[in-house]
Amino acid sequence: MNDADVEAAVAAAFRDEWGRIVATLIARTGDWDLAEECAADAFAAALETWPRDGVPDRPGAWLTTTARRRALDRLRRAKAGAVKLRLLAATADEPAALGTEPPDGPDDDRLRLLYTCCHPALAKEAQVALALRTLTGLTTAEIARAFLVPEATMAKRLVRAKRKIRVAGIPYRVPPPDQLPARTGAVLGVVYLLFNEGYGATSGDGLMRPELTREALRLAGLVAELLPDEPEALGLLALLRLHDARAATRVGADGALVPLEEQDRGRWDRAEIDAAVDLLRRALDRERPGPYQLQALIAACHAVAARPEDTDWPRIVRLYDQLLEYTPTPVVRLNRAVAVAMADGPAAGLAQVDAVAPELAGYPLLPATRADLLRRAGRADDAATQYRAALAVAANAGERRYLARRLAELDDR
Amino acid sequence: MDTMSQPTRYLLLISADEDLAPEIVSDEGLHRFHEWFADLERRGVLRAHEGLHPSSTATTVRVRDGEVLRTDGPFMETKDQVGGFALIECAGLDEAVEIAAGHPAARFGQVEIRPVR
Repeated sequence: MNDADVEAAVAAAFRDEWGRIVATLIARTGDWDLAEECAADAFAAALETWPRDGVPDRPGAWLTTTARRRALDRLRRAKAGAVKLRLLAATADEPAALGTEPPDGPDDDRLRLLYTCCHPALAKEAQVALALRTLTGLTTAEIARAFLVPEATMAKRLVRAKRKIRVAGIPYRVPPPDQLPARTGAVLGVVYLLFNEGYGATSGDGLMRPELTREALRLAGLVAELLPDEPEALGLLALLRLHDARAATRVGADGALVPLEEQDRGRWDRAEIDAAVDLLRRALDRERPGPYQLQALIAACHAVAARPEDTDWPRIVRLYDQLLEYTPTPVVRLNRAVAVAMADGPAAGLAQVDAVAPELAGYPLLPATRADLLRRAGRADDAATQYRAALAVAANAGERRYLARRLAELDDR
Repeated sequence: MDTMSQPTRYLLLISADEDLAPEIVSDEGLHRFHEWFADLERRGVLRAHEGLHPSSTATTVRVRDGEVLRTDGPFMETKDQVGGFALIECAGLDEAVEIAAGHPAARFGQVEIRPVR
């Protein structure tokens, strides 16, 4: 086996095992920093010894054992925490325990880690960052880049969150049943937030930040795997995969946003759409609907329409009605208004936009939505005014290019 | 299972708009308070608990350049003022939140939970 193969094996193990190892070490020591450091040490050791000794049969077990031993060494050297030492020694020193970690066993530790990262006593941005650092192994520098903040700021944020978990006694556990629904909602919310930030970047040059959507998809996959009985987890994964399946067609060669109806549907990832629809079916079979399943159903209506005019808009309006029962927010009402415009004509849609507009003051997509509906209604002057307003508040360069193009088209008429 | 939980002490700082003080001494408010207190005793978590006189009776002391400065009133002139505190010892933040949320003043004021060193 050559060095490149070994490096690929280590990279694959990192992707699959990092979160598992960190979660296990935190469970055994209660020390988040120690867990991260020893997990990193284990991967460094793999890079050193695997080229010589070959890749072990079960890389995950090898890495976990190495990381545990490293933790044990460090704690011994620091003569710290008799309790921690006992906990670690109970597993790391028993030869029977080495390499007997079930690779697909119940992942209690990762699940506990996930809920702890997403504890509502932590700031939202800290929750996302902590989940990325501990579960996916992104470095602090990578997370900082992804959120467009200086590395020092992100490092401080992570240190502060970990300190609060330790000092304030945030329990490392899956919450008890009475708190579970709300806390699961918070976990799904963190993943959704991460994806949205990547899919419609609220700042920066690009329309999308693929590194964020990629990590959100990974986390969503992990959450769905860890919560197999939670249809909303499946629904969220289906939703994100449906969006991702057409991500490549959302941006034109000039970097401008390409709206749904102009996207090249031949380039949508059919296999991905089929897989997502299949996931969604499995979620719906549980007969416990929820906002992510409904949003996935709406996304699926678009994904399965061969041409824009084949879209079942009346059905989308009905799905938005159901969604409003869970999330009665003005943004959902605005999206519903667009569906109404497509189903019943722009005038009907505009009336509904007007109804919700007072609650959406300052929302950048309000003037953009109005502009598009006015254009469809043939009210060119009013549309141009709204496109100008939208341009002034657009979040990123991709949206600005799209709006500028529409405005130019109106001016050219 | 929660392997790492060890009892933690928290100071609950209970604060509210002092103009709403009648709220807490109303029959309903007192009833809620007694329920809360009884719950704490059942849990066996209470280490100390006191209510305070209004902030208008407070004196704030600072030493600057060796001189003792006294100010009439609380250290921060905000609408909401600390009106009482409880020292509890419980399993972790989730239980502390549960306890804090049960205090009647949490309905119109707030309870700050501070872990004790």
